[in-house]
Amino acid sequence: MLEIVNLHASIDNKVILNGINLKINLGEVHAIMGPNGSGKSTLSNVIAGHDGYDIISGDILFDGESVLDFSPEKRAHLGLFLSFQYPVEIPGITVSNFIRTALNEIRKAKGEEPLGASPMLKMMREKMGVLEMDKGFLSRSLNEGFSGGEKKRNEIFQMAMLEPKMAILDETDSGLDIDALRIVANGVNSLRSNRNTFIIITHYQRLLDYIVPDFVHVLFNGKIVKSGDKELAIELEKRGYDWIKKEQE
Amino acid sequence: MDQKRARMKDRLSAFYWLNETQFAQASSELITSQRRTAIEKFESQGFPTVREEEWKYTSLKKLTAPEYNFPSPFAPLEQDEQIDFNDIKQFLVNDIDCYRVVFINGRYSSWLSETTHTNYDICTLGSAWKKYPDVVESYFNKLTKDDGPLVQLNTGLAWEGLYVNIPKKTVVDKPIQVLYFSTGDTPVFNQTRSLIILSEGSSAEIIERHHSLTNHETWTNAVDELHVGSNAKIHWVKLQHDASNASLTQHSKIHQEKNSTAIVHTISTGGKFIRNNLDFSLIGRGAEARMFGLSLGSDRQLVDHHTRVDHIAPNCSSHESYKGIYDDFSRGVFNGKIYVHVDAQKTQAYQQNNNLILSEKAAVDTKPQLEIFADDVKCSHGCTIGQLDEDALFYLRARGIRIKEAKALLMLAFANDAIADIQHPSLRVKLSQLIGRKLGVDMSNSL
Ligand SMILES: Nc1ncnc2c1ncn2[C@@H]1O[C@H](COP(=O)(O)OP(=O)(O)O)[C@@H](O)[C@H]1O
Ligand SMILES: [Mg+2]
Repeated sequence: MLEIVNLHASIDNKVILNGINLKINLGEVHAIMGPNGSGKSTLSNVIAGHDGYDIISGDILFDGESVLDFSPEKRAHLGLFLSFQYPVEIPGITVSNFIRTALNEIRKAKGEEPLGASPMLKMMREKMGVLEMDKGFLSRSLNEGFSGGEKKRNEIFQMAMLEPKMAILDETDSGLDIDALRIVANGVNSLRSNRNTFIIITHYQRLLDYIVPDFVHVLFNGKIVKSGDKELAIELEKRGYDWIKKEQE
Repeated sequence: MDQKRARMKDRLSAFYWLNETQFAQASSELITSQRRTAIEKFESQGFPTVREEEWKYTSLKKLTAPEYNFPSPFAPLEQDEQIDFNDIKQFLVNDIDCYRVVFINGRYSSWLSETTHTNYDICTLGSAWKKYPDVVESYFNKLTKDDGPLVQLNTGLAWEGLYVNIPKKTVVDKPIQVLYFSTGDTPVFNQTRSLIILSEGSSAEIIERHHSLTNHETWTNAVDELHVGSNAKIHWVKLQHDASNASLTQHSKIHQEKNSTAIVHTISTGGKFIRNNLDFSLIGRGAEARMFGLSLGSDRQLVDHHTRVDHIAPNCSSHESYKGIYDDFSRGVFNGKIYVHVDAQKTQAYQQNNNLILSEKAAVDTKPQLEIFADDVKCSHGCTIGQLDEDALFYLRARGIRIKEAKALLMLAFANDAIADIQHPSLRVKLSQLIGRKLGVDMSNSL
């Protein structure tokens, strides 16, 4: 489904991604871990099509097709979703307007009819129920004045509404207390199927107790330096990243 | 020396003197002498030029160039000035029940209007000169004597416009829709004048629109005087969504007594040249002025806002929020004056002007001007000029919203609080749709 081939990317002439190789099949959950500044958010942004980065070499394939020349919206239409580490506050757009617009844009791109107001609302209520969110959320300005946890929950709510084929969750767990973490993880697990895939970016093993990954990768200095199964996450939790850094030197 | 400008001035002055007898016949001596004084001021000052501070960024040179027709208020409508309901339907806010007062080239159109005299007077100034001479004498030109030449010109030639007089403690049961149309087979220059009197404890809502129905150049020079009595409330929505060859200069003066409220929305989304002067005098304790502006410029449009709040009495508040989005070669001007006079203790004044510039050739000049002579006041002001937020744009696009729609949505969000205070949901929706259309997107799915 997603294949990243020897990807090198830079920003302002500073190389950040240094030859990433990653292959993800439908139905799989991959975790990417790694110290701060190792390039996890950069990788997410580059996959999502942020145009602030220069792709020096390599390729990103979505169902076998290179998406490097595709706009962010086109990638979203193909089923990509990024849960942002730092969701942007946009006063003046309500959560419900935003999601309705996004969902209908995606439907339109697929040649489907826009979803009417009442089935939309019904769907929103349903998904909010799973995420134990208050109805009042819908009429609030997008992320404006949201707590860290509310922002993350709102990202997962959007994901639940848009039903992507491939979701990248960039540190969705940071800022969540243990209850919220469980709720969010339940949300993700309820969406898991053999028709989609997830990349979970996290610092902590904690989230991976709830969302059990098939593969765990360690990103360091813009490169995947180690891959394994969920045991690797447990080892990282125990030993930290220093041994990885040492191994690299 | 600008020949055309001088010629236009001479033609206007001749027009006044030619018609003076007719003006005089229709109104009292006092009014006639005020007209004459005003015209003489206009004659001696002429049209303002960019050498004057108030007109520094806004040149009238192009506006004074065409050979305009000056329709006589005393002549019946000519063949080319006739319009019927079908011509104006699209300019009405139809889904709200309204009083309606319609003018065509400065003449009242009774067959397109729905006025009332039952519990209050909502009619036309043209009839008030004769019908309510005492009221007119007490209020006409009371707020405009010291204003500039465009206002003086209007006072000299004032004839038609909205006339509203609401007695004490009376709530006008539905909004008043006032429409001023310009039309005809030649360029046309119209004066419109409104006089609005809200007595103590009364309230009214006005939705105003100036629109051109002709392909020729039009210029409307409007002046409004609003007297808002104690505890009275006025809500006024100005919809400046005119045709691309239409220009408007409008000077609105609002006088507010004790604990009164005035809310003015100015939505400037169309037209070629718009100059607004909006002045509030807060003369009674506890008066509140709220003004919101939204300007969307494209092509070579100019939208100029000059606002002024005089805090004269103590405990008054003013809240001002103007938003501008400028694309192509358009230009915006914002000048916000706040004067806190020496007795105006406990004044609260807030002013904000935020602008988005979408093209390298678009420009905004923004200037807050606060002068504070009282010591116990809370004043804040700020202005910004920026571009669309790239992070926000990426966020929207990453959710599948195409770039054009994403930009429009961000602009709509930016513009949103300029219309948030408008009470009628359907009017708000209409405005959002208008704004959406102006921004080139169909917003009906996202509203
Ligand atoms: N806009 C930028 N300009 C310059 N350097 C950047 C920019 N964004 C990120 N970086 C740098 O790229 C590196 C990787 O950052 P990031 O992808 O955010 O790491 P992570 O998400 O793993 O913490 C860091 O050294 C960071 O300072
Ligand atoms: Mg990060």
